Amino acid sequence: MRTVSAAEAAPTTYPWAVHAQELQVRAGRHLAVDGLDLTLGTGVHGLLGPNGAGKTTLMRALATVVRPAGGRLTVLGEAVDGRADLRLVRRGLGYLPQQFGFYPRFTVREFVEYLAWLKEMPKATVPGAVQRAIDRVGLTDRAGARMKTLSGGMLRRAGIAQAIVNDPAVLLLDEPTVGLDPEQRLDFRELLRDVGVDSCVLVSTHLVEDVVAACTDVIVMNEGRLVHQGAVDELIAQGGDGDAGDSPAERGYSALLRRHRAGAAR
Amino acid sequence: MTTHLSPGLLARYADRAAVLDEVTMWSVESHLEECAGCRALLADCMAGDALIARVAAGVDLGIAAGPAPAPRRRSLTVRNRWFVWHLAPWLTMTVAILGGAVLLQALEPRVPLVLLLAPVAPLPGVAVAWSRRHDPAWELIAGTPAAGLLMLLRRTAAVLAVIIPALALASNRTGVSLALALLPCLAFSAATIVLGGFIGVRRAAVWLGSLWTLAVVVPTIATVHPPALLQSGTSGFWALLTLILAGLAAMKSASFRRLSSHN
Repeated sequence: MRTVSAAEAAPTTYPWAVHAQELQVRAGRHLAVDGLDLTLGTGVHGLLGPNGAGKTTLMRALATVVRPAGGRLTVLGEAVDGRADLRLVRRGLGYLPQQFGFYPRFTVREFVEYLAWLKEMPKATVPGAVQRAIDRVGLTDRAGARMKTLSGGMLRRAGIAQAIVNDPAVLLLDEPTVGLDPEQRLDFRELLRDVGVDSCVLVSTHLVEDVVAACTDVIVMNEGRLVHQGAVDELIAQGGDGDAGDSPAERGYSALLRRHRAGAAR
Repeated sequence: MTTHLSPGLLARYADRAAVLDEVTMWSVESHLEECAGCRALLADCMAGDALIARVAAGVDLGIAAGPAPAPRRRSLTVRNRWFVWHLAPWLTMTVAILGGAVLLQALEPRVPLVLLLAPVAPLPGVAVAWSRRHDPAWELIAGTPAAGLLMLLRRTAAVLAVIIPALALASNRTGVSLALALLPCLAFSAATIVLGGFIGVRRAAVWLGSLWTLAVVVPTIATVHPPALLQSGTSGFWALLTLILAGLAAMKSASFRRLSSHN
């Protein structure tokens, strides 16, 4: 429970939290995202795709960490593709990178506090927001432990805590479930549903079952392009009995990719 | 703003059995939120209430059973801890080299070694301060609103806070001009930032350091002839150069907002 400020309750002036048109992003010299059109609104969106599909590069571009090579990208109603000042947009972003770097000597609380400070949160709200973020990821009893003493799953959760500490309007999580045990994954899905009620969450993952369980919407990418965007049921409906996979959603996913590859080869 | 609540109204508000219409209730509560005096009066009205006592006892119990409050820390030291730990070896090395230069200059007074090393002294520290190889959370930090030129300047200032006193001490020991030791040091720091906007701070530091070493330090040591750039009349030139480079650095601020591949 927390108080909602007038600014938070105000209606937004943009139709989509994330809007990409013909987006191109480079990873090194390679054009990893090539001509992607994407609109994301409030809710939890799962981003699926094979290795090298450009998921991480897309995440980096949305997090305003890399500059797009072409096309248009609007986040929270502000263009972030040019040389614009990104401060305002970045205050509304939460980002967990795939390679989550951390400072081994910091405690979890210090680390999340440091990131809250970097996100330019009002000083008075920082301690409360930090505690809340740590509580939400279930690290309350390890808040005083140094980062180097944490296990992989705990580090991942500390990473999620720093991403949600500023109650972001756009939350970008790149492979957040790596290293989480089954019980933690259930808790994490609960957290995702909770955050997705009033913000735009994009979760990149390899695990189709995570998407089915926690996401309202699925985005499938291949070779830098959008293959499919729609509800989870639509993904399931794509698959037939002959497709590879152990669950209806997996069959739908593999059917989509197979059809896309066949279309690209022609 | 509003007048204070009358004791009668407060008593009715405190009495659970009394019926208060919604508008009065709302105005009482909005006043209570802002007025400590009326809250104190209300507390007097509610003294001895069984429910309040039970809640207070429950809260006390919860506080006693819960974890102890986290101790208040000096946030500045916490924030910079990574930075301090990570920079310490580089700064120690720089200060040690400056100390060595002072000793060597005492043995061979014709070569102004302290002056020669002063411009490049901050470069290792500045390079480490803004490098993705040396900052594990670089990608995270690059996506925060605080990332940018201001953060680079803050880190550079932290480096200079160590280097400048060391240089001042070294110039004092060897009897060389303080301005000629510090101004080139500032000019090279600013130049690293400007050039870093184009090719990355680390690479800029390496280039500028190598250039200075090859063009000035090596010839001076080889010929035992003090360089023209560091004669006593040149401090005006260095001051002007520092100002110009600082202005250029401010103009390049957009280059430091993103994760760029050459940092």
